[in-house]
Amino acid sequence: MNDMRILERDVDTKEVKIAARDVQVYYGTNHAIKDVSVDIEDKTVTAFIGPSGCGKSTFLRCINRMNDTIDVCRVTGDIRIDNQDIYDPRVDPVQLRAKVGMVFQKPNPFPKSIYDNVAYGPRIHGLARNKADLDDIVEKSLRRGAIWDEVKDRLNAPGTGLSGGQQQRLCIARAVATEPEVLLMDEPCSALDPIATAQIEELIDELRQSYSVVIVTHSMQQAARVSQKTAFFHLGNLVEYGETGTIFTNPVDPRTESYITGRIG
Amino acid sequence: MTDASLSPAAAPRAGLIATDARTRKRNAAEKRFRAYGICAIGVGLLFLVFLFTSILRSGLPAFTQTVIDIEFTVTQEQFDTAEGKMLKTKEYEKLFIAALEGQLQERGLEVAFDGKAIQRLVGKPGGTIRSYLQANPDRLGAPISFELAAASRVDGYLNGRITRDSLVDSRFLQASDLDLIDALQQADIIKGAFNWNFITGTDSGVDNPGGAGLGASVIGSFFMMLVVLFLSLPIGVAASIYLEEFAPKNRWTDLIEVNISNLAAVPSIVFGILGLAVFIQFAGLPQSAPLVGGLVLTLMTLPTIIISTRASLAAVPPSIRDAALGVGASKMQSVFHHVLPLAMPGILTGTIIGLAQALGETAPLLLIGMVGFVAREYPEGFLSGFTDANSAMPAQIYTWASRADPGFYEKAWGGIIILLLFLITMNAIAVVLRRRFERRW
Ligand SMILES: Nc1ncnc2c1ncn2[C@@H]1O[C@H](COP(=O)(O)OP(=O)(O)O)[C@@H](O)[C@H]1O
Ligand SMILES: [Mg+2]
Repeated sequence: MNDMRILERDVDTKEVKIAARDVQVYYGTNHAIKDVSVDIEDKTVTAFIGPSGCGKSTFLRCINRMNDTIDVCRVTGDIRIDNQDIYDPRVDPVQLRAKVGMVFQKPNPFPKSIYDNVAYGPRIHGLARNKADLDDIVEKSLRRGAIWDEVKDRLNAPGTGLSGGQQQRLCIARAVATEPEVLLMDEPCSALDPIATAQIEELIDELRQSYSVVIVTHSMQQAARVSQKTAFFHLGNLVEYGETGTIFTNPVDPRTESYITGRIG
Repeated sequence: MTDASLSPAAAPRAGLIATDARTRKRNAAEKRFRAYGICAIGVGLLFLVFLFTSILRSGLPAFTQTVIDIEFTVTQEQFDTAEGKMLKTKEYEKLFIAALEGQLQERGLEVAFDGKAIQRLVGKPGGTIRSYLQANPDRLGAPISFELAAASRVDGYLNGRITRDSLVDSRFLQASDLDLIDALQQADIIKGAFNWNFITGTDSGVDNPGGAGLGASVIGSFFMMLVVLFLSLPIGVAASIYLEEFAPKNRWTDLIEVNISNLAAVPSIVFGILGLAVFIQFAGLPQSAPLVGGLVLTLMTLPTIIISTRASLAAVPPSIRDAALGVGASKMQSVFHHVLPLAMPGILTGTIIGLAQALGETAPLLLIGMVGFVAREYPEGFLSGFTDANSAMPAQIYTWASRADPGFYEKAWGGIIILLLFLITMNAIAVVLRRRFERRW
C-alpha cells in the first residue's frame, strides 16, 4: 500500500466546496448515516471507502439530493455547497443536480444516439443558443470524457452499442456537459475491466483541474491512486477522514487499519 | 424435478460414454415433459382448426346471395297497359312470369308454376320491376337485365341446408318449387353472386334474412371504438403514469391499485347495468347510442390499459430514470423524454388488446339497448353517428342468432367472420406497432 506517488503528491489546503454537519439519514427505521460531518475541498478528488453497506452511496446521494426520489428516505442535518444550504426548502433539487453531476455504478447511457446522450443536459438547461453551440459543447464534453477520438465518426450511433468502459466514459461526458461544479461518482469502475478502469482513473485525475470530484470505491488501490483525500465509513459512521497518504500509511483509528489491511470488509 | 443432492457419490462414477441411471432418469423426465408440451399445443391447435372450419362452413354462405338473373324487354305499350290497371305490380309480375316461362321453354325445360311459386322464390318481383321502369323510362323497349334476390329458402336449398327429404311444405317453400329451382338452375337463370349487401347493407326485418347486412352495425362499432380510444387511452395512460411515477407509495395508493385490479375482473354485464343507471337513466343520454356504448366500454377497458401501461412503465430500468435525474432533468422530463418512449410499445399493445376486447363485448350492450335494436339506417352524419340509435357488431350478431328464421343463423356466423377479421387486423396492427416502436439498442 506504500505507493510512492501518494507521498510525493503535494496537497495544499484549498477552499471548502461541500460542508456537511451532523448528517443523519434514515431509511424508514434503518439509521443508515450517523452524525457525519465532513468538509470536501474544491479541485480535489475525495474518495469514500468502506465495507459494503456502510452508507457510502447513501451519503453521496445526499450531496445531489438523489435520495429525495426514495420515498422512505429521510435526511436531517446540514449540507452546504459554497455555503448554501442545499436542503433549504427554497432550493430546487432539479437545479441543484445540474450543478452537481453524477456518474452511476452501472453505465446507464440513454437508449439514444451518442450525440443525444451528451446533448440532452445542455438542451434541457438551455446552455446552447444554437446547433453550432451545441455541437461545440458535445465535442468539448466528449473530449473531457476522453472518448472523442473513439466516437467522433459515429455520433449518431446508439450509446448503448458501446463497450462497458466506453459507455462509462460517455456517462462522464454526459455529466460534465451540464457544466457541473461537483462530480459525484458511485463506484464508476466496478463494472469495468482493468484497462477501462485505468482510462477512467486517468480521466478523474484530469477532471480534478476543474471540479470537486467525490468518488465511492470498493478498491483501496483505486482510492490510493486517484484521490487526495479519503474518508473511511463504517456502519454508517465516518470513522476517519484525512489525506489519502496518511489514511493508508498511518491510520489513527484501529477500524481503519483493520479495513485497509484486509481484516474487515 | 431438480435432483440436487449434496451426498457424496456412493459408487465410483462410470465413464462419460455410459450414461448412469440418474442421468437416464433425468433425460426420460425431460422427454416426457416435452411430449406433454407438444400434446398441449396439439390440443390447442385442434380446437382452433375445429373452430375455424365450423365458423367458415357456417358463415361463408352469408357472403353469397342467390339471385334470379333474367333479361327481358318491356315495351312502351306494355308499360302503358300496366299503368292503366288497378293492380299495377301484378301486371309486371305477369310480364316477369311470361319472360321466365319463355326462357325456360327456349331451353326445352318444361315446368309448371304459378304466381304463388314465384312469390315464394323471389317475393314480389312486380314492384321492383315497376320502380326500375319508372326511374328509367328510356329503357323501355330495350332488353333489361334484372337481378332479383332469391328468398333465403332458395339459398338454403342450393347450399344443402334444405333437402327434398327434409322439406315440409309451407307457405315459404313447397316440394313443387324445387323442380322449378332445378330448372332455373339448369337454364342458368338462378345463380350465386357475392352478397355485397351483407357487408354494406343495414339490418332487415325479422322475416327477411336475405336482405340483412352488417354495415350499419360496423359503423356503430366504429363510433363506439372512437369514444373508447379517445377516452380510455389518455385517461388510462395519465392515471398509470401518475400512479407508477409520481404517487407516493402509501395506503391510499395501495387501495387504488387493488381496486383497479379488481375492476379488471368485474363481469362486463355489471358495467352494462352501471351504464344504464348512470348514463341513460341519470345523465339522460339516448338509448342504444354508440356514445353510451363507448362510455360503458371505456369503463371496461380502462383497467386493462392501466394495468398494461403500468407493467410497461415498471419494466423500464430505473437506471434510466436515475440517469435523467442525474443530469438535472425534472421528474416530468425524465418520464416524458425517457421512460414513456421506452414503454410505448407495451402501452400501444395493451391499448389495442383492450380495444379488441371491447369490440367483441356483447353483454354490456344488452343492457343499454343496443341488442335487439334493428339498425335499419346509417347515421346521417358524423355527430349523429355518436348519438343516433344504432347497433354494434356483436350486438347485431346476437340479435340475428336469436331470430326464429333459420336464414339468420348463417348471417350470425357470417357476422362472426367479419368481427374476427376486424380483431385479427387489430392484433396485427398491435404487432406491427410493437415492432416499429421497439428500440433494439
Ligand atoms: N433504497 C433503499 N431503501 C432502503 N434501504 C436502503 C436503500 N439503499 C440503501 N439502503 C440501506 O442503507 C444502508 C447503506 O447502503 P449503501 O449506502 O448502499 O451502502 P454502500 O454504498 O456503502 O454499499 C444499507 O444498510 C442499505 O440496506
Ligand atoms: Mg454503494
